[in-house]
Amino acid sequence: MEKKRYERPYIIKMNTGLMNKFGTRSDNEPVTHIESVPVKSLISDYGSPLFVISEKQIRRNYQNATRIFKMRYPKIQFAWSYKTNYMNAVCRIFHQEGSWGEVVSGFEYDKALGNGVPGNKIIFNGPNKSDEDLIKASKNDSLIHIDHYDELYSLIRLSEEINLKPRVAIRVNMDTGIYPKWDRFGFNFENGQAWNALTRIINSDNLELVGIHCHIGTFMLSADAYAIAARNLCELAWSVKERFGKMVQYIDLGGGFPSSNTLKGAYLPGSDTIPSIDQFADSITDVILGYGFKQDELPLLILETGRALIDDAAFLLGTVLATKRLSDGRRATIMDFGLNSLFTSLWYDHKISPAQKLGNQTEEMVMFGPLCMNIDVVRESITMPMLQKGDQVVVHKVGAYNMTQWMQFITLRPNIVLIDNDNKTHIIRKAENLLYIQELEEVPEHLK
Amino acid sequence: MRVRKNIATSDEGFLFNPTTGDSFSTNSIGAEIILLMKKDIPMSEVVETICGKYDVDEALFERDLEEFSMQLKGYSILE
Repeated sequence: MEKKRYERPYIIKMNTGLMNKFGTRSDNEPVTHIESVPVKSLISDYGSPLFVISEKQIRRNYQNATRIFKMRYPKIQFAWSYKTNYMNAVCRIFHQEGSWGEVVSGFEYDKALGNGVPGNKIIFNGPNKSDEDLIKASKNDSLIHIDHYDELYSLIRLSEEINLKPRVAIRVNMDTGIYPKWDRFGFNFENGQAWNALTRIINSDNLELVGIHCHIGTFMLSADAYAIAARNLCELAWSVKERFGKMVQYIDLGGGFPSSNTLKGAYLPGSDTIPSIDQFADSITDVILGYGFKQDELPLLILETGRALIDDAAFLLGTVLATKRLSDGRRATIMDFGLNSLFTSLWYDHKISPAQKLGNQTEEMVMFGPLCMNIDVVRESITMPMLQKGDQVVVHKVGAYNMTQWMQFITLRPNIVLIDNDNKTHIIRKAENLLYIQELEEVPEHLK
Repeated sequence: MRVRKNIATSDEGFLFNPTTGDSFSTNSIGAEIILLMKKDIPMSEVVETICGKYDVDEALFERDLEEFSMQLKGYSILE
């Protein structure tokens, strides 16, 4: 006789009180396939935990965002934000789709060059550019976004020394009505610092002002903030035109569009609350189109969107190591991935689905990672079916910042696999091993 | 470990403790275990019965049973 499917015995105390108007249904449909590749075979072929990226979804996201903006504005250019995910394979998909590169360090700059991005299609942002970086970017005709006066004066000095005229923009910070106000990057709009910096650049014989840039925040939940930012950048561009008779070539609104992840502490899921890309596009393009520029002098609109284009294209597969009951009666589930690989669990309540059909009974649990650290909590509270050792799960929307901010801490970083357009799988970053980790270490002679 | 005499149980997994006024709900396997416990049979027999019926290895079930019993004790369902 065939045995029945086992489920751990479970008891809950029934509480009387008001009915919960939101009901008790939890979304626990198993996710057995990524694209059409079975999760089970991915884990058996590449191990657990495992990052899986869908090339199809990246392309869908990029094409969708481009279509939305192109429907509203004639000159659009996306620049792939390297820090969001700089796996070469991921960057190259974006570059194939037509994206430029947006980098914030010499390391990222070299990565973009290595990925075949022409120098004049690399935007160099960030507060940390060495003289060597600035010279290299100038020689490659890249777009250098100046962050502070020290950098501005370094670049003026260097451009005189190397006899080049780098193409530059300034980064502008401003009050867009959001909290916290981002004012640590760039020159301030309200106090006139941005205008002074622009004037200094235009009066320099060695710098060519080509654009104006801002990056007003991250995971922005208000499209109106972008309208304010666009208006301020247009005002600066207009003033440059009026005062100096020169029209900047582009306005760069930076990044900051959110993904549909749910921020910690949010009352409703991210998918119900975040503005759509259409709303951001409306806010930005309405302002620029309505500002009064002539049709032929409309600036190119550059967007450095990262998170919104990659988050939902990647998944983290993992396995239950153990379950236990805590002293206060709560169920705890220990996974083979934690904060070290899923850095964004500090910011989000990630959606996690079982990867196989489990029973209908669910229970609330704390989900811990495998680290011997108290802070290693993946979800403080999540309702899942009755998981047991060996069960597999799929964490959704992990494409942004995890594969760049992950830590080699206590355990080794896992494989990353790309599922291509034909549903073939490719390792795009191998799992680390002891040799790799110790490669750069040296032991002094007396300790050998 | 015995189920207190005054605990009312149903085959569907509903439990009522008239002393405290608490009511509980279990999944079907939980209900089955409680009904077996009510028969005052040795725990080894509970393990044997469940492992014979469900697709589970003995070690895993023993571990789960121990934890389940702890919960039942905590709720004053077991003596």
